[in-house]
Amino acid sequence: MYDNEMKLEFLSKSSNEAFARITVAAFASQLDPTIEELADIKTAVSEAVTNSIIHGYENMEGIIKIKGRIIKNTVELEISDTGKGIENVELARKPLYTTKANLERSGMGFTIMESFMDEVEIDSVFGLGTKVIMRKKIKKHIEDLNEILSVGGVC
Amino acid sequence: MNINYEKKDKLLIVEITEEIDHHVVEKIRRKVDDGITRYMPRKTIFDFSRVSFMDSAGIGMIIGRYKMMKLIGGSLEIVNISSTVKRILEMSGINKIIPLEGKREVV
Ligand SMILES: Nc1ncnc2c1ncn2[C@@H]1O[C@H](COP(=O)(O)OP(=O)(O)OP(=O)(O)O)[C@@H](O)[C@H]1O
Ligand SMILES: [Mg+2]
Repeated sequence: MYDNEMKLEFLSKSSNEAFARITVAAFASQLDPTIEELADIKTAVSEAVTNSIIHGYENMEGIIKIKGRIIKNTVELEISDTGKGIENVELARKPLYTTKANLERSGMGFTIMESFMDEVEIDSVFGLGTKVIMRKKIKKHIEDLNEILSVGGVC
Repeated sequence: MNINYEKKDKLLIVEITEEIDHHVVEKIRRKVDDGITRYMPRKTIFDFSRVSFMDSAGIGMIIGRYKMMKLIGGSLEIVNISSTVKRILEMSGINKIIPLEGKREVV
């Protein structure tokens, strides 16, 4: 199978949210994901990058890094900032938990990442920064198709 | 995005034409709130037929407008939602307070 790696670095400007998710989606498309799988990845990236901008750097300028890896048929993404970090990661993961309700945030970011990706690890040191590692396995459509064909080919 | 007020039925129709994320949500919020305070509509309808992407920023934006409509005694509806966007809205529980099933002809 295919093994590949990429790195991306950009300023924490909100206009880069679309850039980040589209770039990662282009990278992930090597695995031939479905439209839905691609939408899942785009959404998860958008959540993590937005969190770095709003919470990590609190709208000040900083650098956001994304490392993307393809290991067999899994996409692995590492999205990191050197912003203020998360005080209580366990609490931050909870649905509806937000420290910025005044900005009309809903506290659903991590919940969305967790349900759209297979694995989400949060590595954060308060005062130093946050790294979110996410993995998603892309199903092998071609083999699926072959299976269907071989099963259905008895008539 | 396009905003239209239908005076006869007191409807504020908001057609969103871009991907909804944190970057664009501020502009949407400002324009819709402008429309709501200016026209005091009976109902605000978000037309999502051209929304191909939305993240959690959209959830906060919708809940905020819902609260605003409630404050003036009106309601909010979202029509023509794609399945991807719907999944996110259902995850947030919004579907319990805001009708999502509606379809509506885009004029
Ligand atoms: N990169 C980060 N740096 C610092 N704090 C973070 C970071 N990411 C998340 N957090 C903290 O975790 C909380 C929960 O994040 P989550 O994305 O689930 O919700 P939210 O961003 O507050 O709201 P939403 O994503 O729904 O708009 C945030 O309110 C914030 O306090
Ligand atoms: Mg968030």
